Formats: sequence, C-alpha cells, structure tokens
Amino acid sequence: MYSFNYHCVSSTAEASELFDSCESAVYLSGGMTLIPTLKQRLDYPTDVIDLRAINDLQGINKENGSIRVGSRTCHADVARHHHIQALADLAAGIGDLQVRNCGTIGGSIANNDPAADYPAALLGLGATVHTNNRDIGADDFFVDLFETALEMGEIVTAVSFPTPRRAAYLKFPNPASRYAIVGVFVAETEAGIRVAVTGAGPCVFRATTIEEALHRDFRPTAVEGLSVDHSNFNSDIHASQEFRGHLVTEMTKRAVAEIS
Amino acid sequence: MTTNSGIGASVLRKEDARFITGTGGYTDDLSLPGQVYCVFVRSPHARAIIKSVDTSDAESSEGVLAVFTGEDLRSDGIGDLPCGWMVKSKDGSDMLAPSHPAIATTHVNYVGDIYAMVIADTIETAKDAAELVEADFEILTPVVDVASATTADQIHENVPHNQCYDWELGDSAATEAAFANATHVTSLYIVNNRLIPNAIEPRAALGNHDPASGLYTLYTTSQNPHLERLILAAFVNVAPEAKLHVISPDVGGGFGSKIFVYAEETAVIWATAKVGRPIKWRAERIESFQADAHGRDHVTHAELALSGDGDFLGLRVKTIANMGAYLSTFASSVPTYLYGTLLSGQYKTPAIHVEVKSVFTNTVPVDAYRGAGRPEATYVVERLVETAARELGVDPVEIRRRNFIQPSDFPYETPVALTYDTGDYEASLARALNLANYSEFAQRRNESEANGRKRGIGFSCYIEACGLAPSQVALSLGAGVGLFESAEVRVDVTGSVTVMTGTHSHGQGHETTFAQVVSDKLGIPFENVTVVHGDTSKSDYGLGTYGSRSLAVGGSAIATATDKVIVKAKKIAAHMLNSTEERVSFDEGIFKIPDSNESLSFGEVAFSAYVPGNFPIEELEPGLSEKAFYDPANFTYPAGTHICEVEMDPGTGTTKIVSFVAVDDFGTVINPMIVEGQVHGGITQGIGQALLEHGVYDADGQLLTGSYMDYTMPRADDVPDFIVDTTVTPCTHNPLGAKGCGEAGAIGATAAVMNAITNALEVKELAMPATAETVWRALTGE
Amino acid sequence: MVDITITVNGASHSLSVPDNTLLSDLLRENLRLTGTHIGCDTSQCGSCTVELNGRAVKACTLLAAQANNGSVTTIEGLGTPDDLHPMQAAFRDNHALQCGFCTPGMIMTAIEMINDATEPLSADQIRAGLEGNYCRCTGYQNIVKAVLAAQTQLRSA
Repeated sequence: MYSFNYHCVSSTAEASELFDSCESAVYLSGGMTLIPTLKQRLDYPTDVIDLRAINDLQGINKENGSIRVGSRTCHADVARHHHIQALADLAAGIGDLQVRNCGTIGGSIANNDPAADYPAALLGLGATVHTNNRDIGADDFFVDLFETALEMGEIVTAVSFPTPRRAAYLKFPNPASRYAIVGVFVAETEAGIRVAVTGAGPCVFRATTIEEALHRDFRPTAVEGLSVDHSNFNSDIHASQEFRGHLVTEMTKRAVAEIS
Repeated sequence: MTTNSGIGASVLRKEDARFITGTGGYTDDLSLPGQVYCVFVRSPHARAIIKSVDTSDAESSEGVLAVFTGEDLRSDGIGDLPCGWMVKSKDGSDMLAPSHPAIATTHVNYVGDIYAMVIADTIETAKDAAELVEADFEILTPVVDVASATTADQIHENVPHNQCYDWELGDSAATEAAFANATHVTSLYIVNNRLIPNAIEPRAALGNHDPASGLYTLYTTSQNPHLERLILAAFVNVAPEAKLHVISPDVGGGFGSKIFVYAEETAVIWATAKVGRPIKWRAERIESFQADAHGRDHVTHAELALSGDGDFLGLRVKTIANMGAYLSTFASSVPTYLYGTLLSGQYKTPAIHVEVKSVFTNTVPVDAYRGAGRPEATYVVERLVETAARELGVDPVEIRRRNFIQPSDFPYETPVALTYDTGDYEASLARALNLANYSEFAQRRNESEANGRKRGIGFSCYIEACGLAPSQVALSLGAGVGLFESAEVRVDVTGSVTVMTGTHSHGQGHETTFAQVVSDKLGIPFENVTVVHGDTSKSDYGLGTYGSRSLAVGGSAIATATDKVIVKAKKIAAHMLNSTEERVSFDEGIFKIPDSNESLSFGEVAFSAYVPGNFPIEELEPGLSEKAFYDPANFTYPAGTHICEVEMDPGTGTTKIVSFVAVDDFGTVINPMIVEGQVHGGITQGIGQALLEHGVYDADGQLLTGSYMDYTMPRADDVPDFIVDTTVTPCTHNPLGAKGCGEAGAIGATAAVMNAITNALEVKELAMPATAETVWRALTGE
Repeated sequence: MVDITITVNGASHSLSVPDNTLLSDLLRENLRLTGTHIGCDTSQCGSCTVELNGRAVKACTLLAAQANNGSVTTIEGLGTPDDLHPMQAAFRDNHALQCGFCTPGMIMTAIEMINDATEPLSADQIRAGLEGNYCRCTGYQNIVKAVLAAQTQLRSA
C-alpha cells in the first residue's frame, strides 16, 4: 500500500466535510474491495475515511411494507434477517464467511462491481438508496461499470427494500472468485415483475423481455427458448458472451421454479 | 513389535502440536536483528530487450540500501541458474540450455522475469523505490503457443527453433510393425493443461552473512536444502559450500515447486553480504503465480494399436512439452525420463515408441509439479485405453484386465526402459470395483437420466515410478546428482534417539513416520525418537523430498542406519552379558541370551556405550551413533485403480463428482492415517486439473490466471469424501518394502475424472479443465 | 502514524503504527504472533483468519486501525498443547492438517462456523462454510471430519 492518512469519523457530516478537504479521499466501509485494491497499489488515495464509527448506518429495520438496511450492515447480518428471504439468501452467498462479516451493503453498491450480487437485489426489488443528501431509485442508481449516480463525496446511508410478493435470487458463480458469472434476481412486486441480472454485462440491468414473458405467465416454461441479446455481455476465460446469455435464461428459469 | 505406535499404526502426528497452536516456524515467521527487505522488479512484458536500466532515482530514495541489476551479479561472478539434468536428442546431441541469469541482463523472457532488486528498510519503501527503477525495453513479439513454438521467432540466441531437445524412447521399428498389423487404431489429441502449483505458503528467503566467519546462512522454503546449497555453491558461485548454511524450516507445502533453485533466494543470499544486513523476501501471491515453476503443459498425439480382440499391440506417442522461458532446475527430465518411461502403464503393450520435443516459450518456466511426467503419461495411456474400449464396444474394465501384466510376469521389463519389480493390478482393480459398486452403475445412470442429469463412470489404472532413484541409472540418463539418501541414527546417552535425515518434510509427516520406523525397530517408545531435517549443518548430504522418495529411499537409509545401531548394540550387550554376539537376541527393545534370565534394555546398552565402564573398549569405539547412505537398486512402482463417477447438470454444464474410489498399492504402509491423507490431497489436485485449474496466457504472453480471482483452486465444496483403500505387494528391493504414496492421487485421478466425464457426455475428446462452458458446449454441440 | 489500543488474546496493547498497517502486520510484526499466516493478496486463501469482536475476519484485509478498541483472538490465544481448544484437538485427532500453513485460519473459521450455527451443521454445510479457506494438502476430507467431531463436542459442552 502507498501511504495515506487514516481517519475515523463519527458522523456523515464530518465524513463529507473531511472528504471535501482532502486531496483525494476514499470512504472505507467494509473494505473488502478497497483494502485488496490498496494492497495491490491499484489506487492511491491521500486519505482513507473510515465510516465504521457512525452509529446510525448500522442495522435493519422494518418499515411500512419494506425493510431499511443501514449502509454499514454487513452481509452476515442481512443473511440472518429473514423478512425478505431472497435478500437473505443473496447475502448468504456473497464472498465467504469472513468476507460476509466485514463487507457491507453500502460499500458493495457504491463500488458497483459488475459481478457483485447486491445490485441485482436492489434493481430486482426496486429498492431506494438513501444517501446523506437524497434518495435515489435503484433504476437510476447503477449507471455503468463501477459507476453509480453517487456524487463525489456522497455517502450511502441506507437501502430500503419493498417487500415483494415473492422473489428469488440464483447465482452461477465464477469457479475461481465465486463472484457472479451470472446472477438473476426475479421478483414479483407491487409494481410488477422485475428481473435483474448481474455478472452478465458491464452493469446490472433489467431483462425486460424476460419480465414481459413472466408477466404473461409466471412459470419456468415461459422463459424456455427465450434468448437474451448477449452482444454487450462480458466475456472472459470463465464464460463467453454466449454462455452468459444462456445462463441468464437458465438461472431465471430456475429462480422462477423456486417460487412458482 | 506389537505396540500402537510402530510400523502399520495410525499414530497421531508429532508435528501437529506446533501447527495447531500457531507456533510453527515458517521462513516468513523468522526474523533476524537488523533485517531489511527486498522487492524484485519484474518485467511487465513477455519478451523484450533490456536497452537500459536506470536505478539512480530508486537508489537515492530515503530508506533504500541498494538497488542491484543483473550486471551487478554477473560482474561479481555470480553464475547462471543451472538445469541439473542433461537430456540428449535422438541424434545424440546435447539439449540446448539458454543462459538463465538470476536477474536478467540483456533480455526479459516472461512476464515476471526479474530485472532489478531493491533493498530497503521496509517493504513499502522498497516497493516505492521499485517503481522508480526505469527500464527502457524494446518490446518483441512473444512466443506463447506451445504447438507452434518451433516455427515462431527464436527466443534465445543459442536455441534454434526454440527447441531444447528432440528426444525419443522405445523401438520405433517394432512399433511401426505393430501398427501395420493392427485391426484397430485408437488415436487421441491430448492437451495436458498448464497448472500452477500454489502451495499455500508462498516462497520466502531470509539471508544473513557473518563477516567474521564468512558464513552465509540462508533460510528458505526448500524441499531439498542440501541441493540448494550445492547448486548455489558449485554452480552459481554464491559462496564455497562449506561457507553456506541452508536451513529449510517449517515449509507450507511444496508439490514440486519448492524443489528448484530460484532467482529470488539466489539474489537474496548474494546481496546480504553486499549490504551487510540480513535480507528478507516473501513472495506475494501474484509473484507465486508469476515466478514459481508451473507444471504439465503438454500437447500430444497418441495412438494405440489393437488386435480385434482388444489386445494392445503398440503405442505411439508424440508430445511437445513446454519448458517456458528457461530451463528450471529439473525441467528437462520431466517430459522425458519421468514421462516416456511410464507409457507402458500396467499393461503388456509389446511395442512403444515416444518422441518428445521440448520447446521454449515466453512463459514462466515449467518443471515438476506433483507427479511430474507420470500424471501426463497416465493421462495418455488411460484416456487411450478407455477410448479404445468404447470404440471396440468392450467393457473398459475387461480391456484392462485382458492386457494387465500378471503377478507371475514380475520382474517385468517394459519396452520403455523400466523393470517393474512387483505388483498385483487385478487385486487393486477388483477391490476398487467392489467399493465403487460398479455392477449397479447402469441403474444409477438410469436414475440420473430420470432426473434430467448425465452420469458417467471412468477408470484409471495408473502406475508410477517412485523412490527416485538408483543413482547410477539416473546419472547414466543425464542426472547431475546421485539420488541416494542419507541418515544418521544418533542414540543419546539416556537411550532416546535423534534421527537426522536428508529428506525434507513440508506436510508429509516425516517426524512421525520415521519415528515409527525407528521406534519399531529399536523397541523404544515412539515419543523417544526425534527426527531432524531441513538443515545442512545437522544432517549429512541428502537429496530432499520429491518423487515420492522420502520413505522408500530416506526411510530405507534410516532403517539401514538403525540396523547398524542394533549390530553394534548387540556387541555391547554380548560383552555386558558375558556372551557372544551370535547368541544375543534383540526383540522389543530387550537384549537376551537363550536359556538365561539375564537381559538388558536398549537404554542400558546405550548408557554403557557412552559411559563405557562395562564395555568392550578394545574391540569397539565408544558411542552409539550410525550413519547410512542408501542407494536404491531400482525405482519403486506404486500402482492402483481410481474410479470416478460424475453427475452433470446439462442446463449449466456443472459437473459434480458423486463418487471417487482409490485403491492403491504402496507396498508396506507405515502410517495408514498419513497415507490416506496424502492420497486425499493428491486426488484433489488431480481433480483440480480435470475440472478447475488452468494456467492461461493470452497472445501477448500475459498470464490471465494470475491470482485467485481467476485461477480456480479446489475448495472444500468442490470435492466429495473419497473412498480410499490399499492393497499390498511389498517392494522387493528396499528394507521397508515401501513404495511411496505422495504423488499417486495426482497421477491417477485426472484420467479417471475425464474418463467419467467423456463417458457421461458420450464424447471422445474434451479439453481440460472441463469447465461448465466446455461441458455445456459439448452437450449442445455448439 | 495512528494510535491503536487493541486487546489480543486477552492482553491489551497500545501501539502507534503507520496508517497503512494491516491488522495481519500488527499481529505478525508488532506483536510477533506469527501463527496468523499470509497466503495471498486478494483476500481469498483465509490463512490469516482471526476472530475480531467475536467474528471471523481476514486479518490481511483489514487495516489495524479498523480494529482499534477491538478484541482479537488469534490461533495462539485458543489453547496450549496441554490444554487444546476442542477444534485444535479435533484437527490433530483427525489428521486435518499436513503442512500446517492454512491450519490456523481453518481452525479460526471452523470455530466461528460452529459457534454461529443454530442447528448442527452437515458435512456439506461445513464444506460450504470453508469457502474462504484454501488448503492445498489435505483434500479437505479430514478437515470436514475434524469440524464434525469438534461440533459434537462443542455442542454438548
């Protein structure tokens, strides 16, 4: 790691003020991506601002028809909260036991790794991202590869997930990293059927043709034979665009089967 | 002896106490006063000319002690890293070995090749300075593809066509004739995928130089500290042998990758005298990927000639083996004497001819990795045999039985230069079939089909040549060193025993197994035997641990030295009992005379040896300590049958191993618990090769699988519980009857898995690793 | 430099370390607790697993400062050769280690897995729970066996 100044702050106001005063600061939430990045000298912030001492970023609360997950809630804690079982299942499959004890939902979505799991849950459930400045709908939050709607210095404080009628998440993991090669979050929500796909493309996206098919007929057979346009998909030694395309349909089919 | 700690007992391991409490001492756990840290500056290019290296900014950084380039080593008389095995081409010419400096001087030849080293007071300071080393490279087109390497740009000045050697073994004419007479020929194109060893402990070195004595001390992660010392002294000229002390403390796994003498420890031990401070280096994992010798990486055309009845008539194999950018320490021997010689397998194939071209590419050097040549040979033979059975419509078990070398055929001379001493291949096969419940496989397959799954079963009846090696055979085939092993059995005054061995344990449990051998033979408590290894100042010259040799060769040396102790102890006992040596018996630690109540314990005799009052001082020297150098008469030939059953999900292409049976003949087993553990680990590495692991380069010579994010290591949920058993035909030519078990799992398993997968998919060939996409494409025909 | 107060294996330490010091560096270099091992750079091998505030974490992927005011248990804090933690004893009794390098991390993860479980874990669940710990020697079979054995003992205690 290059050298940097470490700060531990106790409020989001303090954090964002400090952020603005630093030459190039980063926020540290769980650190599961940031620390390995720094260790490999792939990033060189002047200042690292640790959010762990900000109390009101922790915890999961039920609200009217939704749950609000504090941004510094670790994956292990989300996995233990069964109000939205699909979300708990998704959290239980992120990284490994040790990573789940440190990694946080806020850190994960702010990073927006194309193979991360949480973006699929947010988009699939139509969640709302709360920041220290505003609320952002999931449909607007994930912009592109490692890019979100967050402004410089903006801090995710919580995510609200509306309770779906039914939902499931299925992931086909990369055998090495265990990140998603393809992860599909299928949900029947008050606002209709939502199918969010992570891992396949440069950024999480909604598979609208699949949504339409499931809207007509919420059964695995409805997805059978549907092909998704994979021309913009990722391709690497673990899976070609074509295989990812196949997996989107296959994982959707299986997710639907779980809940229909 | 009838205790629960002697030969054949599953004794819990002595070494575990320190490992489970975190008190082991691995190289990186050690520190010396005033130590500084070293970082290597590595080439980002696969192939380039070094036009200049400017170290001035790095050198003037605060906290930096020194920055060295290859020129600094060269001008100080430091020699190239040698390859210890001379292989000759079929025309009789010597192999071509390129210059291999520890730090590159004129060219870099793979991504990760070192061109400078930085020594500083902290690691981070050294890393900062390393970024200031400015190199001017002229980038050249790299040679990456092994199959076309001979027609690509020439990498090394003295190696035309990038060809190290063009070697052959066996009778070409007889093999041609066999094919001419064949009713059926089965042929396969086989790629044996490149693997990256990945011992969980990264390589490390800690060097120190004492100016007063001139002594260099190198702590390093080595499977063979004496060999490390010999090469660094005699070939690399770091220091005279007597002034170089190599200690290989607790080592966290090797699998071959820690046999070799690498650039890093060479540079560290050399530089420690230059800067006058102890220097520590520990590889980051990315460096392990870029700088530990890789394994396998063959491309092969193989053909098996058969009669209409399924008799094997001839085997013809043409292999191109990747050496990587330079010749690693034993690289040349792996695709030749450890590969071609094993192509007879367990079968009476009368005519075999193998040709191996070894080529250089701009990739990490390739050398021995668990099994080393023998997994590749087994893969060729067992994939061919299974495929032949399918093509002829014969049961794969029956075709093997039909061609097995029978117990009455031993000693059996193969057409590829080995003489198998003993074995009973049918016994292992029969036991394995039983454990795998083969007779009901068809039913299980039907059940899988009904659930929308594909099921397959595959066999691998492997053989390996272990116990490396008879020195004169090895030397006549080009080895640069003899391959005997040394031992000293030092009886202490109080009757406890310290055993020095030239082998090295980095997970194998020698401290336990060797103690069992000695305790059994001397009839003393297991707890009273301490095994010492890994220190050139403590044990006599030894060759280390690889090739499943430690028990068969090192253990035999220990047994021999122990026998010498008993011989001398009997003489002392005879004197003490007023009898003659011939009349003294020794059993379970007690010396006795027939028809007498008088007896002596081993401890009493030991005491007398060191306090020689009642001692035959005129005939014998005092003391009770004996040495042995054991040179094996032959290789040992562990063999067995592995049966793998897989179930596949056609929707995702995912393969699950639902059953894996291994029945091995390792000869006499000292500690069944340890042997089972070795087999489990080996099988997992074999499964890793078949399903998960692959070292992949892109066309620019960049390693795409350069971290655990992309290189798939077998995890706990990738493998099932294995069913493991043994049969025993004792080795005929060593005192323990032991054959060796360290590599068997990795040698046998891969072919069994791929035979099962191709059986399930009903395809002839499938590339390894059989990833989900590979399987999905095979199923969908895409 | 950053000031850190940390309890390790029951003993409190106050130190001043560079801001970019990892927890694993603090343990290994400052406190000389070398049982916590470093096997990779990308937070996957799990050899560095320790318990921080009651949870298994990878010490190579945390800044020491993140553990400020925290309580850490390392392999050295579990038991002694004469008084082993049941998980340590189970690893020895079931030959769940060979080279021993991954062992401290394995043991620390396994303990949390068992402590965390409301119901007894199956062999498959244990295999899944060890996703973040690599072993290159054992093929995992005896590790699973050891964790099952320790589970029986720990749950009955």
